[in-house]
Amino acid sequence: MATITANPARTTGTARRGGLVSQTGYITGRWLRAQYRSPALIAFTLVQPAIWLLLFGQLFKGVVALPGFGDSSYIAFLTPGIVMMTALMTSGWAGTTFIADMERGVMDRMLTSPVRRGALMAGQLISNGTTTVIQTIIVFAIGIAAGARYDGGAVGYLVTIVASMLVGTAFGSLSNAVALLTRQQEALIGIFQFVSLPLTFLSSIMLDLELAPHWVQVAARYNPVDWAAVAARQALSADPDWSSVARHGLYLAAFTLIVGYLSTRAFRTYQRSV
Amino acid sequence: MPSTSHALEASDLVKTYPAGRKKPPVRALDGLTFAVPEGVVLGLLGPNGAGKSTTVKILTTLSRADSGTATVAGFDVVKQQNDVRQAIGYVPQKSSSDPMATGVENLVLSGRIYGLSRQEAVRRAAELLERFDLTEAGGRQVRTYSGGMQRKLDVALGLVHRPRVLFLDEPTTGLDPEARADLWNEVERLSDNEGLTVLLTTHYLEEADRLADQLAIVDHGQVVAEGTPEALKAELRGDSVQVELVDADVDGNVRRLLGHLPGIGEIVVDGNTLRARVDRGATAVPAVLGALEEKAIPVTAVTVSRPSLDDVYLQYTGRSFRAAENTVGQVEGSAA
Ligand SMILES: Nc1ncnc2c1ncn2[C@@H]1O[C@H](COP(=O)(O)OP(=O)(O)OP(=O)(O)O)[C@@H](O)[C@H]1O
Ligand SMILES: [Mg+2]
Repeated sequence: MATITANPARTTGTARRGGLVSQTGYITGRWLRAQYRSPALIAFTLVQPAIWLLLFGQLFKGVVALPGFGDSSYIAFLTPGIVMMTALMTSGWAGTTFIADMERGVMDRMLTSPVRRGALMAGQLISNGTTTVIQTIIVFAIGIAAGARYDGGAVGYLVTIVASMLVGTAFGSLSNAVALLTRQQEALIGIFQFVSLPLTFLSSIMLDLELAPHWVQVAARYNPVDWAAVAARQALSADPDWSSVARHGLYLAAFTLIVGYLSTRAFRTYQRSV
Repeated sequence: MPSTSHALEASDLVKTYPAGRKKPPVRALDGLTFAVPEGVVLGLLGPNGAGKSTTVKILTTLSRADSGTATVAGFDVVKQQNDVRQAIGYVPQKSSSDPMATGVENLVLSGRIYGLSRQEAVRRAAELLERFDLTEAGGRQVRTYSGGMQRKLDVALGLVHRPRVLFLDEPTTGLDPEARADLWNEVERLSDNEGLTVLLTTHYLEEADRLADQLAIVDHGQVVAEGTPEALKAELRGDSVQVELVDADVDGNVRRLLGHLPGIGEIVVDGNTLRARVDRGATAVPAVLGALEEKAIPVTAVTVSRPSLDDVYLQYTGRSFRAAENTVGQVEGSAA
């Protein structure tokens, strides 16, 4: 057997550091492997949106008769909303992986290695993003099976997928940040439930906002989940208002970038507390 | 290789943690200072909460000191974080492997992070698995490993990139005696043959005695004693007398009785065993036996020995650590 040597060439200057992209690749690989080793977890997170889609679809069937819906079916209206809601709910759990790493010494070992904080964050979020894509496709499949029809075509679906990934990434990184700041599973879940409810209901996920009170309409204007739902619905419609799609998409992308950056800074706060 | 350079140097480290509202912050490190040359195994010894892990966290760049400076492998832990990180391996007190990944995957990922090519990382993983007797388990998810196997993998993870300085925070806690001996051999080999500098924290005096070239006893965030195990033992004057009682000294009568004898220093009770530091073993034993016989206290055995690391440890931490319950320090006059 080869002998193990402890002292290779001595580095004296600034150590070479792996690139952000390759490091992100390694970290992504780690999470993807873990994720697909327990596909039951993805399946489980699909039960909820499926139930909502079918339940609300039935519950609000009559809503189509209300003004504001044109001649579209309610299930077609609801599906993009449930897609965004699913992306939000699933990524809320993202931080639990960080907490598991902190409870073991994995996080501490990573943070004392030359790996970039950006790679630790991005790798986890990319893996989270693949779950979002799968879920988006499946929720759509259920929606279409239940009668939803869209005139928007491929671009419409693409916009929806990108928007759902942005929602997943933004709230996934927030979840990771909360994990780094609180270091407690209970706190993370509590905070996320507290936040996700208003995000879901102060939006057009379930109902057209024209039917909602004025203050809800105002609140929804500042709700990233609603930006995603609006952009998706527009892009999927027969005659999309592309300026609205672009505007809402841009807000969403900017929000994701800012939140992602701030969340990566949370590693510092964590390190200050260990 | 500049032999005068210090592989590890900590100077006046202070670290406080907030202890919650309206409570004064915990002073985990309170002016901790030490220096170790290259290739040395430094043992950090001290009671729970002494600040050992905190020291390791600061030196590994995980945490940052409130004040003071430290260098590792010649690099400043704050200003040259990246160089430090490339030069060190860190085995945290908690297990540091990913339970959902296999042993091989853990090692390869770590190798890649440190810049090894895929091929190198795979080869290195196989090498380390073999060295730590984990080859067969290498393809299994770590969550199926026993605690001892996980601990061995943790150490392997700290060695993937051939670090120059290795930090081991209680590496053998939870290992069976055989695995512990294996790990000792491995650390010894790495330090002797390959000049690896090791900082090791431990609660096992035997481990410190066996492995450490230098010891630093830490208490309340300070180094209270420093030197080779031999030097520390030699520093203690006198001998150590150990009395095995038939019945445990529950109410402290025996301790009090012996505490009044001349030439007897600190006494520590541990179950049925009493340990006393004495000026001269030869004169203390008859006095002890006489006193016990006078009160008709049955004794199983009495032994005299040169001070052990145990005594060193007690000398420096005992009074503050266990003073309340166990120690009767004549110096402090708390016997009465
Ligand atoms: N993250 C933290 N937050 C708050 N207090 C902390 C933290 N880490 C350590 N402390 C406190 O700092 C002190 C030193 O802790 P440290 O972990 O360094 O001790 P130790 O010598 O490693 O003990 P042990 O032998 O039990 O591992 C303790 O009082 C501990 O409660
Ligand atoms: Mg510790």
